[in-house]
Amino acid sequence: MKHNIYIYILIMAVVTYLIRVLPLTLIRKEIKNKTIRSFLYYVPYVTLAVMTFPAILDATQSTWSGLLALLVGMGLAWFGASLFSVSVACCVVVFLLELLML
Amino acid sequence: MMNNKRAHSNSSWFRKGMKDGMPIALGYFAVAFTLGITARNAGLNALQATLASLTLNASAGEYVGFTLIAAGAGYVEIAIMELVANARYLLMSCALSQKLSEDVPLWQRLLIGYDVTDEIFGISIGVPGKLNPFYTFGAIVVAIPGWSGGTLLGVLMGNVLPLRAVSALSVGLYGMFIAIIIPAAKKEKIIAVLIAISFGLSFLVNKWSVFDSVSSGMKTILLTVLIAGAAAILFPVKEQEDDHEA
Repeated sequence: MKHNIYIYILIMAVVTYLIRVLPLTLIRKEIKNKTIRSFLYYVPYVTLAVMTFPAILDATQSTWSGLLALLVGMGLAWFGASLFSVSVACCVVVFLLELLML
Repeated sequence: MMNNKRAHSNSSWFRKGMKDGMPIALGYFAVAFTLGITARNAGLNALQATLASLTLNASAGEYVGFTLIAAGAGYVEIAIMELVANARYLLMSCALSQKLSEDVPLWQRLLIGYDVTDEIFGISIGVPGKLNPFYTFGAIVVAIPGWSGGTLLGVLMGNVLPLRAVSALSVGLYGMFIAIIIPAAKKEKIIAVLIAISFGLSFLVNKWSVFDSVSSGMKTILLTVLIAGAAAILFPVKEQEDDHEA
């Protein structure tokens, strides 16, 4: 083989670590600029929303079980259920629905 | 004593992190298991695949990496693709940097940087006020064995875990995301609107074949920058809310 797999892994690990660690170590002060502050404030919600939908529909064997898990999860989270219970409830919904359907 | 008090709060944050890390570990196990199968198909052995998971902690990054290794890609090419696949972590780390007090020491920042994933980031940013790094450490300690152990077993055991179980476990991660964004949407109408817009645009970009050639990591970055950027310009956050939070 031309390439060494361990060198591949080393390169992948170094690049990935630098991406994560540079902002954390270089930006130590509070950013004062209002627009940048607002941008960073909105980033988590937007990025998590973008990653959740429509990906959740394709994560399961059936689109419907993914959709139901999404709706049940949103309902429970709205009424204050914890991270753990929302997460487990989504898994249970998919398991039960696919048990019935497939 | 101040020191005792701080040590006490560090350990209670650590325990809370471990608790919130449990569903992450479960979800990781399922995802990493399938990733392990990909790794084996790409020609990696159990040691190599586990090492990759221990050092990368990145599902898309590892998936891309394994496919490129299988294709015999060059070292520069793989470095660039990692940069693209993981660029969203740059945004997350920037946001996380604002969540830390200025006096958080370097070694703690280096340690957090080891495992800024979608999920660890998600729960860390969801903590009210400033982030105590020990919360993140607690979650990492629980999540890492799930991730690397899942990869290891995926390589070794292939398709032993029933498909139905993998299918159910794989929504656990999304359940966590939902549990983070929905309470914020309930508190602030603008966030609810942003989530709706994010869902809509994300659906469009992922289902419309015009965008098929764009990688999913790139789609996430572009949509995040576009939507959060527009919101920052149109609806700047009122300053007193942040002070109140801290």
